Amino acid sequence: MEHVELFFKSIFIDNMVFATFLGMCSYLAVSKKVSTAVGLGAAVIFVLAVTVPLNWLLDQYILKEGALVWLGPEYAEYDLSFLSFIMFIATIATMVQLVEIIVEKFSPSLYNSLGIFLPLIAVNCAILGGSLFMQSREIATLGLALNYGIGSGIGWFLAILAIAAIREKIRYSNVPPALRGLGITFIVTGLMAIGFMSFGGMLTGGDDAKKEDKKEVVTTEPKKDEVKKELQEANTELSRSEEDKKEIAENTKEIE
Amino acid sequence: MGLLSKKDAKLITDPFADNNPITIQVLGICSALAITAELKASIVMSISVLFVLGLGNVVISLMRNIIPSKIRIIVQLIVVATLVIIVDLVLKAFAYELSKTLSVFVGLIITNCIIMGRFEAFALGNGPWRSFLDGVGNALGYAAILIIVGFFRELLGSGTLLGFKVLGDPIEKTGVYAIGYENNGFMLLSPMALIVVGIIIWVQRSRNKALIEEH
Repeated sequence: MEHVELFFKSIFIDNMVFATFLGMCSYLAVSKKVSTAVGLGAAVIFVLAVTVPLNWLLDQYILKEGALVWLGPEYAEYDLSFLSFIMFIATIATMVQLVEIIVEKFSPSLYNSLGIFLPLIAVNCAILGGSLFMQSREIATLGLALNYGIGSGIGWFLAILAIAAIREKIRYSNVPPALRGLGITFIVTGLMAIGFMSFGGMLTGGDDAKKEDKKEVVTTEPKKDEVKKELQEANTELSRSEEDKKEIAENTKEIE
Repeated sequence: MGLLSKKDAKLITDPFADNNPITIQVLGICSALAITAELKASIVMSISVLFVLGLGNVVISLMRNIIPSKIRIIVQLIVVATLVIIVDLVLKAFAYELSKTLSVFVGLIITNCIIMGRFEAFALGNGPWRSFLDGVGNALGYAAILIIVGFFRELLGSGTLLGFKVLGDPIEKTGVYAIGYENNGFMLLSPMALIVVGIIIWVQRSRNKALIEEH
């Protein structure tokens, strides 16, 4: 349940583009065509899925306060977290290079579609942002870190796919000249972000909301019974009134 | 400007208008949008970027002849990361509250595309003094947009500027609130940053038709 919650949260509620504006540069620069947007989006998912767990391990076993305790008790007081920026970015840059080499070696076709985007990704804020948010939100286990990486990657992928499709279509619309290109893309993204805010209520409250629901259910059940009783009474009244009508009708006949 | 030749002065003034890093070069947008709900945060962010970009450009420009071109991105990242760590530690020491507001976005200066973009486009091919001017100019152009966006979002969203209540008190109904004005809380939410930047682009391009894109 924890996993499912984090997964949907990182895709929709904390969407990298719409909620935190990460990776906006490449989001705006590479979204002119759907096909290139899909390539970049896939590369981002892939790299996030690799780097977030890796940086989680780094954070947990080297950088955090007291993380070096596995080296011996005398290291327990070391706090290297001020080094996290440089460690994270070095990990990301080397991983991207490594992934590029591996993909080129084993899958030339994938390299042809992803390859040109990989160097771009090292400086994509979404990748570093993923690791930094992972650190500041104190994600608890390696599995959750992997989950968070993939989830945020998918969120970014969805965003760039959507804006690329919109930009392809908007070419046929009559946009005011000064807004063409960049301006309208900003405004459309703003409107999409407003739309994505509606996902905000999806997971909020958690346990509290559930308890309230149960109480409501408990309170509504007796109400149902009351309603039924009332309905029955109303029915009986109706039948009575029908009897009355019959009497009235008989009376009127007698009078005639 | 006795100190600067005309060409050098252009390096500083250009990024303000016709070659603005945010609205024309489309660089460094992430941080421009995320932290502009308050004017104070945008000013601090601008100063940080000014420091990192000005100094980073000089360092890269000094090293430009000894960096092997294959690993230059990693070298650039290390230089930026070192400068950003300095900024982060200074903020934590002297403005702890503010560094909490900025949270991860101080760290994200590392991947702010303005910095990498200026390193690639300028510092790798020019001497230290000109690179420094270019860095300062671009950082100021970035700061201009940040401060405009921060100004409008804080003024319309919470009726304050730098924390001072310039429009009167919303609870006691003084100032403009007395005639029924209400704060627009929507301006504080993230989507409005995008729309404000969109409007800035609109105004800028309407004034200078040469900047209009084909599509």
